[in-house]
Amino acid sequence: MTRMTTFNNSSCRRAIAIIAAVSTAVTVAACNRGDSSSPGTGGEAAIGVSLITKDSTNPFFVAMQKGAKQDATKNNVKLTVASGKQEGDDQGQITAIEDAIARGDKGILITPMSNGVNASMTKARDAGLYVIALDTPPDPADTVDITFATDNRQAGKLDGQWAAAQLDGKPAVIALIDLFDDKIVSVDYNRDQGFLEGMGIDVADPKKNGDEAKTGKYTGGKGGTYTIVCNEAGQGAEDGGRTAMERCLAKNPNINLVYTINEPTAVGANASLKAAGKTAIIVSVDGGCAGVASVESGIVGATSQQYPLKMATLGMEAVAKIARGGEKPKTSPGLDFYNTGVALVTDKKVDGVDSISSDEGAKICWGN
Amino acid sequence: MTTRDLEVAHGGIPVGKEGIYSQQPILSARKLVITFGRVVGLDGVDLDLYPGEILAVIGDNGAGKSTLIKCLTGAYIPDSGEILMNGQPVHFRKPQDARMAGIETVYQQLAVVPALDIASNLYLAREERRKGPLGSVFRMLDKKGMERRAGQAVQRLGIQTIQNMGQAVETLSGGQRQAVAVARAAAFGSKIVVLDEPTAALGVKESGMVLEMIKQLRDGGLSIILISHNMPHVWEVADRIHIQRLGALAGVITPQSHDMGEGVAIMTGAKRLAPSA
Amino acid sequence: MSTTVTSAAAEFARRQQSPVQRVQHQLHARPWLSPLFLLFVAFVVFFIATPTFLTANSMGILLQQTAVVATLAVGQTLVILTAGIDLSVGAIMVLTMMVMASLARDGGMPGLLALLIGFLLALAAGALNGFLVTRINLPPFIVTLGTLSVYTAIALLYSGGESIQASHLPGLLNVLGDGFAIGGFRLTWGIVVMVIIYAVVGYALSQTAWGRYVYAVGDDPESARLSGVPSKRILLAVYTVAGLIYAIAAWELIGRAGAATPNAVPDANLQSITAVVIGGTSLFGGRGVLIGTLLGALIVQTLQFGLSQMGVDQQWRVLATGFLIIVAVAADQWIRKVKA
Repeated sequence: MTRMTTFNNSSCRRAIAIIAAVSTAVTVAACNRGDSSSPGTGGEAAIGVSLITKDSTNPFFVAMQKGAKQDATKNNVKLTVASGKQEGDDQGQITAIEDAIARGDKGILITPMSNGVNASMTKARDAGLYVIALDTPPDPADTVDITFATDNRQAGKLDGQWAAAQLDGKPAVIALIDLFDDKIVSVDYNRDQGFLEGMGIDVADPKKNGDEAKTGKYTGGKGGTYTIVCNEAGQGAEDGGRTAMERCLAKNPNINLVYTINEPTAVGANASLKAAGKTAIIVSVDGGCAGVASVESGIVGATSQQYPLKMATLGMEAVAKIARGGEKPKTSPGLDFYNTGVALVTDKKVDGVDSISSDEGAKICWGN
Repeated sequence: MTTRDLEVAHGGIPVGKEGIYSQQPILSARKLVITFGRVVGLDGVDLDLYPGEILAVIGDNGAGKSTLIKCLTGAYIPDSGEILMNGQPVHFRKPQDARMAGIETVYQQLAVVPALDIASNLYLAREERRKGPLGSVFRMLDKKGMERRAGQAVQRLGIQTIQNMGQAVETLSGGQRQAVAVARAAAFGSKIVVLDEPTAALGVKESGMVLEMIKQLRDGGLSIILISHNMPHVWEVADRIHIQRLGALAGVITPQSHDMGEGVAIMTGAKRLAPSA
Repeated sequence: MSTTVTSAAAEFARRQQSPVQRVQHQLHARPWLSPLFLLFVAFVVFFIATPTFLTANSMGILLQQTAVVATLAVGQTLVILTAGIDLSVGAIMVLTMMVMASLARDGGMPGLLALLIGFLLALAAGALNGFLVTRINLPPFIVTLGTLSVYTAIALLYSGGESIQASHLPGLLNVLGDGFAIGGFRLTWGIVVMVIIYAVVGYALSQTAWGRYVYAVGDDPESARLSGVPSKRILLAVYTVAGLIYAIAAWELIGRAGAATPNAVPDANLQSITAVVIGGTSLFGGRGVLIGTLLGALIVQTLQFGLSQMGVDQQWRVLATGFLIIVAVAADQWIRKVKA
């Protein structure tokens, strides 16, 4: 008796399931792995370098990746770009580091997610790779060979000094919109506390957000009284910024100064103010081209511009140089990292605080 | 197969019902085969159901009774063989096809949805909508009407212990659930009603009521297939008894031609029916 | 013919119930009462704790903050009712958002066309989920886990990681962020759309045969199939409709955030599932009411908002949300253990 094979046959279904699973796995892997740029021409062998960012969606890291890829050929570098899937994905970075070691790369440029990747970075150095941290120094700073970073503290300070001068002695009713509520990262507390220090407010523990006295006096500018209404987390995006600002306004509708961790957050905060029919001075950090446009349009009063492309290219050049026998770069005086610079972008210049206009900022901004 | 064969080989035509058996069978199956991987469920089964009769299907565990009726009612699609209704071939691809052809089934696992209430279960897949635009445009269900008619259907069965049609089926006892499933088949059956172990979870009195109802349905013109391993019930109501063994038909007898013991013997293979002359 | 019941059992059936048991019974019959009760308790607690909570302004804000996740959770409710789960919620929303915004800004399309193409794309994405579940018979968890990555990757590749500001977008895409005031309440069109979706889907689930089939397929798929319910068609429809609902949530989000960004609502999956579970819908399928999901979403937002008004530290808020989930599910389990 013949057995009719029907589509319900289990082995047929199993085969399709396997194909689907494999193609899914390949796609998932592709999200976490990188893509390579081909090396330039020339008799010299290309140097293998990995650029590992925190994720591939934050425009800051997208700009970094783009800039690095463009410069790779110039330095005869075979660049592999990788990242975690999102903020907090330590494992994604650890995997990318291990891949770099296995691939025989000479150096790794990484924006470290957290202390959770310290062990892998040490492993890479032990294997002979040169590891450079970008944008965020690890803790402790000597986990890597050197860091090319923005001085995030300085970035916050510039904002604070500018804001204090703008207030011209008036009482400051402050909303602080930070990055995360479930993680503690250095960029978060450096910018927030830097801002408060720039305002001349006592920050208590300089590595902790939210532990300052809620009222008191600020000494920046002409000096005056301050009230801190809230510390809310906006997740670094527009919708989070809006939600955070709404909560702050509900607590105290008279906020006149808003610190935001980055410009998307500022956009969201501004939407919330507009919807409530209020205005406030908004300061931010990042200086991407979209952010500079926000300064130009008046949404953001001042933003500290940083230079991610510079970090990536300087880092790549350093690795290429060292791999070819050159000398190692040194840290900037007084800091435990190499300062790639920060400039305040604003169209309302104040005395005592260096700044550039939004037009100038637009010329050197990163991203779209 | 002629009526002569029935008489000689398989224990005869039930006394007094010759008229029925001179007609064409309302449902026929020929050489049904179905396999599940390496397991053979049905190994070339033939079955005939004549209009207005109660055909009981008996067999040992694993003989293929439930599998057979699942093939007949669209729950399974047989690998080969044919099924005819009134002489015309039919191909049931899903249970709804069999229902549309007029066959109502009470499966062994009852096929009631526990989270839904009794009225919803009774009307499952044949819900009634409200009259007018509410029903046609907005597809609103006529819940009150269905509840009322469901109550009537259950009452007709004589089941007193179920009062509230809005009660979720999961709150009913096993016997009450079986009553709901039987009431559903009885209410909607238009040509054939198939019942797989309808009295398995019922007590003595309720079983009696179900058997009464089966006889009433038959007297009302429906044809019934009844699977049961309760031999006294089978000998009480069946007109003919189809004996299933090892995935194939072992023979068809009547309550008059053989007694229960012989039936069980044929079922287990201890005794064989004489082949046709 | 009357049936007699043994007197001991009859006595038990006629017993006086303690007040707690009476409450338990009421909640069992109406499962949405449990989240409603929790919400009421939360309101009372926060009203006492801080004066800025129970104001018209705050309530309007609360609704605005709930709208997007509450809308996403409608699709998630449909899927969970069929004993499935949809992990590609956020991915479909982000993909739709970026495509709609890109088409409008770079493709120069009018808002309506971009919106419709976005909806069609989301319908296709949902339909793919449904197809894989019904035809290839893969478990929904695995299917949506896979499509989560696929749709996220497509969104990233398509958008290049850029976000698109509202100023570059036509009015129609931004309109759901605009608002109007009723008395002291500030409401947005996004809230109106959310309410409409709850009304339409709620009606379908409770008043139509289609809705019954959804519950049947989730509760006991084999019984449903044997009873003649077109199970595969229903499942495919559920995943497809869910996709469309996620697209509508994307539309709401553009208005609210003032931008289309690939980073939006990173934990959309977890938030939507939380709202569904707190709302009393069983993860095993077949049980739950849609309004419960709205209450579930409101409860989570109320907790976050109330704690923020009280000035509670952010890490404690995360802890509180975790506790809330456990309490809500435990209460739901207790309610189910009702004796007739």
